[in-house]
Amino acid sequence: MKIKTIEELKKIREEHYEKVNLREEGDSITDKIEVMIGMATCGISSGARETLNAFVDEIQKEKLNHVKVVPVGCIGYCHSEPTVQVNKPGEKPVLYGNVKPDKVHSIIEKHIKGGEPIKDLVLEMNFERA
Amino acid sequence: MTKPAEISVTAPISDNLPKEKFNELSKFIDQMETTDGALIETLHKAQNLFGYLPRDVQLYIARKLGIPGAEVFGVVSFYSYFTTKPRGKHTISVCMGTACFVRGADAIVEYFKEKLSVESNEITEDGLFTLKDVRCIGACGLAPVVMVDDKVYGRVKVEDIDGIINTYSEMKVGKNENKNN
Amino acid sequence: MARTRTNILICGGTGCIASDSEKVQKNLELIVKARGYGDEVKVIKTGCFGFCEQGPIVKIEPDDVFYVRVGPKDAREIVDEHIVKGRIVDRLLYREPEKGKIDKQENIPFYKKQLRIALRNCGLINPEDIYEYIALGGYEALGKALTQMSRDEVIDEIKKSGLRGRGGGGFPTGVKWEITKKQVSDKKFIICNADEGDPGAFMDRSILEGDPHNVLEAMAIGAYAIGANKGIIYIRAEYPLAISRLNTAIKQARELGLLGTGIFGSDFNFDIQIKYGAGAFVCGEETALINSCEGKRGEPNYRPPYPAEEGFWGYPTNVNNVETFANIAPIIIKGSQWFSSIGTEKSKGTKVFALAGKINNVGLVEVPMGTTLREIIFDIGGGIQGGKKFKAVQTGGPSGGVLIEEQLDTPIDYESLTEKGSMMGSGGMIVMDENDNMVKIAKFYLEFTMDESCGRCTPCRIGTKRMYELLCKITDKKGTLNDIDALKQLGSMVKGSSLCGLGQTAPNPIISTMKYFWEEYLGFIQDNEHLSEEGKYKYGH
Repeated sequence: MKIKTIEELKKIREEHYEKVNLREEGDSITDKIEVMIGMATCGISSGARETLNAFVDEIQKEKLNHVKVVPVGCIGYCHSEPTVQVNKPGEKPVLYGNVKPDKVHSIIEKHIKGGEPIKDLVLEMNFERA
Repeated sequence: MTKPAEISVTAPISDNLPKEKFNELSKFIDQMETTDGALIETLHKAQNLFGYLPRDVQLYIARKLGIPGAEVFGVVSFYSYFTTKPRGKHTISVCMGTACFVRGADAIVEYFKEKLSVESNEITEDGLFTLKDVRCIGACGLAPVVMVDDKVYGRVKVEDIDGIINTYSEMKVGKNENKNN
Repeated sequence: MARTRTNILICGGTGCIASDSEKVQKNLELIVKARGYGDEVKVIKTGCFGFCEQGPIVKIEPDDVFYVRVGPKDAREIVDEHIVKGRIVDRLLYREPEKGKIDKQENIPFYKKQLRIALRNCGLINPEDIYEYIALGGYEALGKALTQMSRDEVIDEIKKSGLRGRGGGGFPTGVKWEITKKQVSDKKFIICNADEGDPGAFMDRSILEGDPHNVLEAMAIGAYAIGANKGIIYIRAEYPLAISRLNTAIKQARELGLLGTGIFGSDFNFDIQIKYGAGAFVCGEETALINSCEGKRGEPNYRPPYPAEEGFWGYPTNVNNVETFANIAPIIIKGSQWFSSIGTEKSKGTKVFALAGKINNVGLVEVPMGTTLREIIFDIGGGIQGGKKFKAVQTGGPSGGVLIEEQLDTPIDYESLTEKGSMMGSGGMIVMDENDNMVKIAKFYLEFTMDESCGRCTPCRIGTKRMYELLCKITDKKGTLNDIDALKQLGSMVKGSSLCGLGQTAPNPIISTMKYFWEEYLGFIQDNEHLSEEGKYKYGH
C-alpha cells in the first residue's frame, strides 16, 4: 500500500500507536551450559585467568562441547573473587565464589555433569546485591 | 595509506582461484544498471567472494569494467579496507580508536604483535591469524576492544590476550569447532 | 488482537549486541510466550540508548523501569518477577556509586541535562519497523513539507532555525541548501555523509542503527528543497549493522511510497542509494567523498567549485552529515522558533557527544549548545574513572585540540571551542586523567592523520610524516629543543598550506598540547644544557 496523503499517514500512525509488531519467535532456548567467569581487574588479580584456563582445558579434555566458557566483566562480588557463575537451561543460575583452579574439576564433575551444585562454594545472589 | 606495490607483473597467473567465484563476480557486474562509478562496490563484492583482491581478480575487474588495471590498483591501494593479501583463518582486529587508545590499546596491539610474531596487516606463519589494527569499531563503551572475526572482546587486558589467542588456536586442534568457546 | 499491557524494550545497538543483547531479547521473547503473556507483553528491539557502558539495557514500559547489564540468563527473572509478579528486580537496577539504586530512566544522572532531538527515537523504537517510526510522528514532516510548504519556505525554516552542520564544519545548513537550490541544472543530488571517521565518535552509527527513517525522511525533505531526485548515503563499510538497517528502512519506505514517485500525491520523486566507503578518513571531506562515490580514489579537490555548484558527476550536490539530517524533521514539525530557542546565540539546538576515555559513564549524550564541559564530564559522565584527577579533554578528534581544567566552565558552542584552540568536530569527547601523557596523545593523533593522509598534496603527505617522526624522536627521549622548535614550525606550515581540512587541522593536537602541556614536552628532553633557553622555545614566542 502506498501512502498518498497526510491523512493516510496519520491513520497508519493511529493504527500503530498502541500496537507493537510481533517479533519472530526463536525456535528454542539454547541447550548450552554456560560457565561465566568474572574477568575484571579484581577477578584477574585474584587468579580468574588460571581458573578460566582450567575450565577450558578440562572441558576440552572431557569433550564437553555443550559447555561454553564466557569471560564476563565484574559481577560485583569482588571480595569472593574469582567468581564463576554456572547457568544451566531451565535452572536458576548458580554463583560460586573463590573458585581457584583446584575447584574447577569438582564443579565440572558434580554440577555440570552431575547436576548437583556444590553447596559450600555457592554465594547467595541476593546477599551481594542487597 | 599508500601501500607498496605488491603485484609482480612477471609472476605467473595463479590458477588457484576458483572459477565459480569469477562467474559470480561476472554475474554481479552484468546485472548492474551502469558500471559508471561502480568500481568500489565491485571491489567490495570481489573481496567478499575471494577474501582478498589478488592481481588476477583486479585485472579481471579492470577488463570487465573496461578501465585500466592501474586505475583498479590505484583504488585498491588507496582504501585500507581492501587487501591484496590472503587473510588468515581468523582476523584479529585491535581497535585503535581514541577511546581504546587512552585505555591502553597500544599495549594490546604490541602484545599481539609479539605473541603472533607478525606486524599489523600480516598473516601468521601457520596461516591461522591476520592481525589488524582498525580505527574505531564503535564499541567505545567496552574499550579497549579486540575483535576476533565477528566476536568482540571488551575491556581487554594484556593478560587476556593469551586466552583469546589460545581459544582460536585450540579450535584448529579441537575436533569439534566450537566458536562459542 | 489484544492490547499490549507492557512493552519490554531492549537495546539493539552495536555496543549492546557486543554484550549479548540479541540473546537477551530471544530469551525474553521465549519466556514471555512460555508464561502465556505473548499477547499482552511485547519485546521490542530498539536503537542505542546511549548508555553503552552499562549495556545491555532493558527498559520496561509503561513502568519506566530501567535495567542495566542484563545478561541472557536474567531474562527469566525479569519476566517471572517483574512481568508476572510486578516486582522490580532489584539487582539489575542502575546503581549510582554511593547513592544506591535508581530505577527510572529519568532519575539516572546520565540522562539529566540532556535534550534529545537527533537521538529522539533512539532507544524508543524498533529501527526495523517503519510503523513504529510513523507511530511516533515519523514522515509527517515530509508530508507537511510536500503538501503545505514551498521549497523556499522549507529552506527559510531551516535557515531561521539556525541549524549548522554537525559534521564539524558548522556551516549553516539552510544557506547550503539555498546555494544548491539556486543552481540551474536538470539533475541535482543530495548526499548523506555517514563516513564517520573520527576514531572516537559513534553518534552517526547510533542514529543510523537506532532510527534510520529519521535520516531518510530528512534527506527527502532536503531533496525537495534543493530540487534533487536522487539521494546517496555514503557509509563506512565497517558499519554492517547500520548498513543492514538502512537497507531495511529504504525498502520499507519504498513499499509505503515514502520513497519513489509522486510522494504524498505531489509531483516530487525521490529515491536513495547506498554507497560504501572503504576505510579512508579523508572521505569525510565533501569533495573527497564525492570522488569516492564516483568509484575513484577518495582524494579531495580544490574548492571552488564547491559541490553545491559542481559535485557528483559534475551536478550540483548538497552534502550533509547524519546528525544534521537528524535535526531536520523536528524543525519542520515544531518550527524554527522552537529550535532556535535552544542553545547559544550563534549555535542553536543540541549536539550529540560521544563521551569516552577515562570516564565513568561512557556513552552518547545529547545536550543543548551552551552546556559546559564540566556538566557533561562530571554531572552526566559521572566524573573520572577510579577517582583520578581530571587532566584534559580532547574534542574534535584528530582535528581538534585539548581543553584543560580552567576551561571546564566554558559553555560549548562552535565559536567558544574554536576560540579555546579546539573545535566542535563531529562530537568525539575523550577524557584524559592524570596518568595520560599528552605528548603521547598528540603522537597518537599524528599517527592517525599521517596514516590517513591521502597523499594528494605535499604539505600534508610529507609534513604529517615528518611531524610524526619528530614526535617519535621526542618520546624516545632522543629529541632536543631544536626538534620541538622544528615541530612547531612544521605545524604552522602544514596548517597553512594543506589542500583540505585533514592537513589544515592535523597539527592541532600538537599545537594545543604544546600550549597547555609544554612541561611534558620538555620532560622528554634529556639535553639539559639547553634547558635554560627554554623561554626561547616556548610556544608563542
